[in-house]
Amino acid sequence: MCFVKILIKICEIFIGGQLFFMGKILDNYVEYVESKSPKTGWFNSLLHAFLIGGAICSLGQMVGDIIKAFNPMMDIQMVGTWSSIFIIALTIVLTALGVFDRIAKVGGAGTFVPISGFANSIASCAIEYKKEGLVFGVGSKMFFVAGPVLVNGVAYSLIVGIVYFIISLF
Amino acid sequence: MLEGLLMYAKVLLVGGLICVIAQVIVITTKITPARILVIFLMIGAVLGGFGIYNYLVEWAGAGATVPITGFGNSLARGAIAGAKTDGFFGALGGGLAATSAGIAVSIGFSYLVSFFTTSKTKKD
Repeated sequence: MCFVKILIKICEIFIGGQLFFMGKILDNYVEYVESKSPKTGWFNSLLHAFLIGGAICSLGQMVGDIIKAFNPMMDIQMVGTWSSIFIIALTIVLTALGVFDRIAKVGGAGTFVPISGFANSIASCAIEYKKEGLVFGVGSKMFFVAGPVLVNGVAYSLIVGIVYFIISLF
Repeated sequence: MLEGLLMYAKVLLVGGLICVIAQVIVITTKITPARILVIFLMIGAVLGGFGIYNYLVEWAGAGATVPITGFGNSLARGAIAGAKTDGFFGALGGGLAATSAGIAVSIGFSYLVSFFTTSKTKKD
């Protein structure tokens, strides 16, 4: 009896020790992978997307509020269009200066889901393909990313308009 | 004052949450950003077509209009508003008419900017 207990004890120590050893290797490996992979994890990237996306929207709201303060009679949709235009112009200037790329690297979806992403894709493609000429370089490749968005958007608006028109006939 | 701050909190919440949904899609799937933009645009156009998105715009202001879903919404609302005032011609042109200023500024300004800047070769 005593012998068996000692044997189990030895096994436990052996296995436990081995497991402990394996665990240590695993910990080291996880540490290694974490040190090599980019620093932003799940939570951080979501937080950055939330903060930067929210900040861009807040900037739009701020511009709208300022315009409304100067011109209270303005239509609410026109105010929205003006704030979009401001964000678009600001994005294009920042893209030309090379600042927007750095923001986009941190912000991820927070920078490309607001209208700034649309403007940035047009501006960066226009700058990128400038060396291929004005007509087939800038003129056509400008819409490399924005093209699908525009084509789909126009198609959806046509569908909505025609469907609404047909419904309104009855 | 407090009401204004509350409005900004709503803008931050709604605008941020739309971006977080897109970021979750980016992390978990291999859908490219251009596809996500198109999907979000479609969601905005559908919600705008049924008039649901306008409630969100009223509640959260720029938090709902600045993301690409707001672009889809204004395309759909523009088409409906055009159909109401100008009949079939308005239904065809209303969507672009409502968003034309933003599109024109982004195209024209990008064209202008491309004259003054040269692309730097990426080193990574």
